[in-house]
Amino acid sequence: MNFVFSRKRIAGILVALPANERRFVDDMRRFDFPESRSLKLMEVMGYDRHRVVTEGTCVSDLAVIALERLFDRKLVDREAVDALIVVTQSPDHFMPPTSNIIQGRLKLKHDMLCLDIPQGCAGYLIGLIQAFLILQQPHLKNVLVVNADVLSRKVAVTDRNSYPLIGDGLAVTLVENNAGPDVIYANVKMEGSASDALIIPAGGFRQPCSAETAVVRDAGDGNSRSLNDLRMDGTAVFNFVQREVPPMIDDLLRFANSSKDQVDFFLFHQPNKFMLQKLANKMGVPHEKMPMNVVENFGNSSGVTVPTAIAFNLGERLVRESRNVCLAGFGVGLTWSSMLLQLGPLDFCEMIDVL
Amino acid sequence: MTQSLRRLLTEIRPEAEFDRSTDFFGDGLLDSFDLMTFVSTLDKKYAISIEGTDIVPEHFCSFDAIQSLLTKYGVAE
Repeated sequence: MNFVFSRKRIAGILVALPANERRFVDDMRRFDFPESRSLKLMEVMGYDRHRVVTEGTCVSDLAVIALERLFDRKLVDREAVDALIVVTQSPDHFMPPTSNIIQGRLKLKHDMLCLDIPQGCAGYLIGLIQAFLILQQPHLKNVLVVNADVLSRKVAVTDRNSYPLIGDGLAVTLVENNAGPDVIYANVKMEGSASDALIIPAGGFRQPCSAETAVVRDAGDGNSRSLNDLRMDGTAVFNFVQREVPPMIDDLLRFANSSKDQVDFFLFHQPNKFMLQKLANKMGVPHEKMPMNVVENFGNSSGVTVPTAIAFNLGERLVRESRNVCLAGFGVGLTWSSMLLQLGPLDFCEMIDVL
Repeated sequence: MTQSLRRLLTEIRPEAEFDRSTDFFGDGLLDSFDLMTFVSTLDKKYAISIEGTDIVPEHFCSFDAIQSLLTKYGVAE
């Protein structure tokens, strides 16, 4: 599904990551694998450090700190927020929506829209698309897209497939109506029949959490996890990404009447270094145009890796100048999405440590 | 070629007896993460880039399957 938006602008990005950092060399002692095997994997996948929240920290806790920072610095007027979109797979509660909780804690105005979107690795783009759709109402001015996850709390520390790469984090993106001439192109694709490739089996209404679902079992491949924990079919996800993402980018560029040469940076979701290297090679994109350094520094925080890749690699630069960028997210759902836009100059684009 | 492949695989899984298997994944000798490590090793050794869509267990389940794939990338025996 293709989208075209005009008179819209990303005005700023603030990434807030938990200060608590774990290192792969410490994590690997918990895995039932020889150290030499884990170290080889560390080199290939780009595992090193990852940020995870301390026990009990929720998405709304990260969001309140980050948004208060924006309000205090007068980067956003509290009264001017027309909508708050929260994209997360780790809500504070099933009900009420986390966006409502954040609105309440920040004492935002009543005359606004709060909306939760339960999407993952493509969630940042889905949130942006939703913000642009809301801003089709010309009298609305500002939408805050909060993309956040604290999924380390749902990953078994004995699961080498997932724990070394999992990261927690939050990004706030201010999206506004704008009189500029730039056009934003986007597309979204979905494949729900493969939805069990990335899943937390228990905890919803289909299979509520119980003493039974909390039992950690040997998964048969040297990893152990319970049904309450995230489970990833690494091979299925890898093959899906390699098969579907390159043609999606080709479709987007064709739709936008553009080409890869005209794109300054490909800022993609960051599952691991190996997957991104293979994607770049397949797409014929020079590695220097596709940053791959988020997992090794911060971990994979689902959709939040996209704004993290932006702020970490181009933060100060995008405050001064504008770049033609292609964003992409792919994973849970399965969902994959891409976006072509002129990004910058931004009012702010930075990273902070919180909690 | 088989000898070279055996050595590379044994570096990843020293305890595995690859000669006795024609299904490295089914027999539990390799998992998906070993596959990534192995592909990275082959890429470096033969100066190739095995495409992501070729990184599936069927192409790495036996010495014959791996040799077939490498032939596709111009790696001679």
